[in-house]
Amino acid sequence: MSIEIENVVCTFCGCLCDDLVAEVDDGRIVKVKKVCSNGRGLFEHYDPQAMPPTVDGQEVSWEEAISRAAAILDAADSPIIYGLSSTATEAQRKALKLADRLGAMIDTTSSVCHGPSGLAMQAVGEPTCTLGEVRNRADLILFWGCNPAESHQRHFSRYSVTPKGTLTPQGRRDRTVVVVDVRPTASTRAADLFLQVTPGADYEVLTTLRALLKGETIAAESVGGIPLGQLQALVEQMKECRFGVVHMGMGLTQTRGRDMNVSEIFALVADLNHYTRFSVIPMRGHGNVAGGDQVMAWQSGYPFAVSYARGYPRYGPGEFSTVDVLARGEADAALIIASDPAAHFPHAAAQHLERIPTIVLDPMPTLTAKSAQVVLPTACYGLDAAGTAYRMDAVPIRLRAILPRQRPTDEEVLDRIIEAVQPC
Amino acid sequence: MLGILNGRVYDPAHGVENEVRDIWIEGGKIVTPGEEEQRGAETIDASGLVVMPGGVDIHSHIVGAKVNAGRKFCPEDHYDHARARTSLTRSGVGYTTPTTFLTGYLYTEMGYTTVMEAATAPLVARHTHEELEDTPVIDRGIFVTMGNNHFIMQAIHDGAQERARDYVAWLLQATRGYAIKVVNPGGVENWKWGQNVSGLDDEVIGFGVTPRQIIQTLGWINDELGLPHVPHIHGLRLGQAGNAKTMVETIEALEGRRAHFCHLQFLSYGGHGTHMRSGAEQVAEAVNAHPNVTVDVGQLVFGPATTMTSDGPLEHRLHELTGHKWLNDDVEGEGGGGIVPLTYQPRNMVNAIQWLTGMELFMLIDDPWRVFLTTDHPNGGPFFYYPQIIKLLMDRDYRAEMLARLHPRARKRALLPDLDREYSLYEIAIITRAGTARALGLKNKGHLGPGADADVTIYEESADREAMFARPRYVIKDGQVVARDGQLIHEQPGRTLYVNPDYDPGVRTAIKEHFKRTYTLSFENYAVQDEYLPHSEVVPCT
Repeated sequence: MSIEIENVVCTFCGCLCDDLVAEVDDGRIVKVKKVCSNGRGLFEHYDPQAMPPTVDGQEVSWEEAISRAAAILDAADSPIIYGLSSTATEAQRKALKLADRLGAMIDTTSSVCHGPSGLAMQAVGEPTCTLGEVRNRADLILFWGCNPAESHQRHFSRYSVTPKGTLTPQGRRDRTVVVVDVRPTASTRAADLFLQVTPGADYEVLTTLRALLKGETIAAESVGGIPLGQLQALVEQMKECRFGVVHMGMGLTQTRGRDMNVSEIFALVADLNHYTRFSVIPMRGHGNVAGGDQVMAWQSGYPFAVSYARGYPRYGPGEFSTVDVLARGEADAALIIASDPAAHFPHAAAQHLERIPTIVLDPMPTLTAKSAQVVLPTACYGLDAAGTAYRMDAVPIRLRAILPRQRPTDEEVLDRIIEAVQPC
Repeated sequence: MLGILNGRVYDPAHGVENEVRDIWIEGGKIVTPGEEEQRGAETIDASGLVVMPGGVDIHSHIVGAKVNAGRKFCPEDHYDHARARTSLTRSGVGYTTPTTFLTGYLYTEMGYTTVMEAATAPLVARHTHEELEDTPVIDRGIFVTMGNNHFIMQAIHDGAQERARDYVAWLLQATRGYAIKVVNPGGVENWKWGQNVSGLDDEVIGFGVTPRQIIQTLGWINDELGLPHVPHIHGLRLGQAGNAKTMVETIEALEGRRAHFCHLQFLSYGGHGTHMRSGAEQVAEAVNAHPNVTVDVGQLVFGPATTMTSDGPLEHRLHELTGHKWLNDDVEGEGGGGIVPLTYQPRNMVNAIQWLTGMELFMLIDDPWRVFLTTDHPNGGPFFYYPQIIKLLMDRDYRAEMLARLHPRARKRALLPDLDREYSLYEIAIITRAGTARALGLKNKGHLGPGADADVTIYEESADREAMFARPRYVIKDGQVVARDGQLIHEQPGRTLYVNPDYDPGVRTAIKEHFKRTYTLSFENYAVQDEYLPHSEVVPCT
């Protein structure tokens, strides 16, 4: 007999929609309502059955697998812990504890997505708000270098474009939507105005907007492929709105200029608050990548790219960020939690990862797991494991287990590894 | 059983001042055993040592969304302030915003055993509780911001006080909160329109209510619910010249109801516009005349600080004033806040006046049971400067040395050089534990009578009061020696203190409707679950 569970949270992306209805039958999710096509796969393809851990491809007992994982970490001089964006904060807290105990480097997938947004925030600040303020107040919405219609599919309907809010009772009609991107996308079709920027010219366009806002005269006829008149009109529109919000994505953070691009857009938003209210919300990707930043900050003081090698946390984006450490061939063991760097990292980094002993905690089979020495199949948070995740606007949400659990959680497995390793 | 023998006991809640007594501890509580039971007990020879209850901090920003944003925002705060991992303890970093474990260690090593987190927006209370679980040793509670809450303001507008009351009770339960916090009532909502409030009778945009009504209603609700603490209020026009007048009006607006005003120093300035001076005399006079009011000072400490408050418009003003980097976070239907890092300098005229204002409040408010030691950490400076402030309060000569470092014009106009009050150890025990525990309604804290939590701090008397209070000989938490000679020697979890006021469950229908209309999180996913409070204690309402 199937049961229906309401108010289920989807952990696919940083939207963390918490209004799903899941139908569970015989220990499997058979149907999900209100979910987007990205999230649907997460629920409907998930097989929660118990899986034995493996060492060198051979099935072993949990005890043996844990002890092998501990031996690898104990033998390493410079271990790395990486991933964390698709697990709960409860597990992230344990991962930091383990890093502290081992003197390891620890990093989250932030360093290859919105890490530059973190650096920009540290450089110039960040006026932001929760998504409810977007829904209830915002009458001007900008999407810059992101395509939520495909990546965060319910963002438009739940938060930013169509929902009816207290000051936006007519929904879409009460909002002006502007999209800035290098090419037309599914999201640009939803916009009142699409500004197509020349690839690599975002920084110039943003600086121009800041200059125009300050009343400077610009001699050029167009900047970054956009006629100056359009930029001037946009500045006026931004100054005159009631409550503006910018959502920005990897089109700014991972293209040339990176944190400089983001600093410029954060500074623009800060400047606009001299005239009206304006906020920016980075479009965080993985379901709990924002939680990773939080836990890193409260335990280590820094949001990502931390080394405990000296016995205390040190911060080093570019120095301790996993992709760079691996590309330089520096780590001699890796613990990968809920992430698949072998599939996503540049060649040199992925190659080094393949060379060093690697331990993987993941509910799903991954490319990284294929070449790992120890694979520890764990439960999936929000499906068969409870926990906490932080939305892209840093609102923490409880994830319930909607399936009976047959596997250990990341938190439990990390606890056992912590007990098994020798403190450095 | 543990006996602390022959100590010079300071227990102001029982009128005990410097009396040689034995304190006995069993099962984490202070007890009065018979001679038979005392036999074989472990003992600490406290001869000649000063024995006080563990310190109780009534207002400090140590955990949660805002503090953590501050940690992330200012890595430059942390680089030179690291503590390495030991076999007992976790590593940590941070000066004005220490990481959670380090925060627990630093408070413990200073002899404080209870700390109240000063502001949490309800929507992110779950985050606050997560961090508290990673903050060892100290007991704690959270104050929940309600002064700009849409549901409450709408109920006030509708003349439905009971609806607001039941909502507040529900909200305290949902957030596992300890007290009602009010921050710039109405001003934070108006900031969402790029504005603020400048007086008690200004209108809150969209609600047709006033700061006065918000304060009065929450004061009434607090009494109705019988909460252990009183409304904890951060007033209007914080940081502005001339706000002392508004502060006095706010005290009067209570019409006799009880309230606590926090970091009063930031709200006690005279003058106007860019001409700022201390308004401590005027505000202290009002505090002295209103026995229904307690305050903490929020003393300034020269050096780095991180200003972080739920007062969004204030932080924007600081950003425009200083040009320093600025963080803002508006929270749907509940409030907001901001962060700006600052460094206070004695030669800076404004900073010197702020420092003087705090000191003058300490000197001019007569009753130590109503004025408490805080720095509004990390707004006025880090909490681990409390020992320095204690020395300033106890030692007139040290105060004079500090005065000499100040901007000469600030000094010239100040009252402080003529104020020669020196706090006694007994009074220090009041403003750092007995008084704060009483104001918080913590019946088991801040005293050494039978039944009290066995949180005890033992100091070695020294003429240098800063050294004395910075490194207690022993710190005992729940009967366990957790620090010796200013070093943590035992780590254990602290408890989160919260309240469970009764309410008419009928109000839930209106709350659910409110959620559907305005929130992006469903009602069913909002309340903080039991899982977040594995170490907790309910403090009863009356």
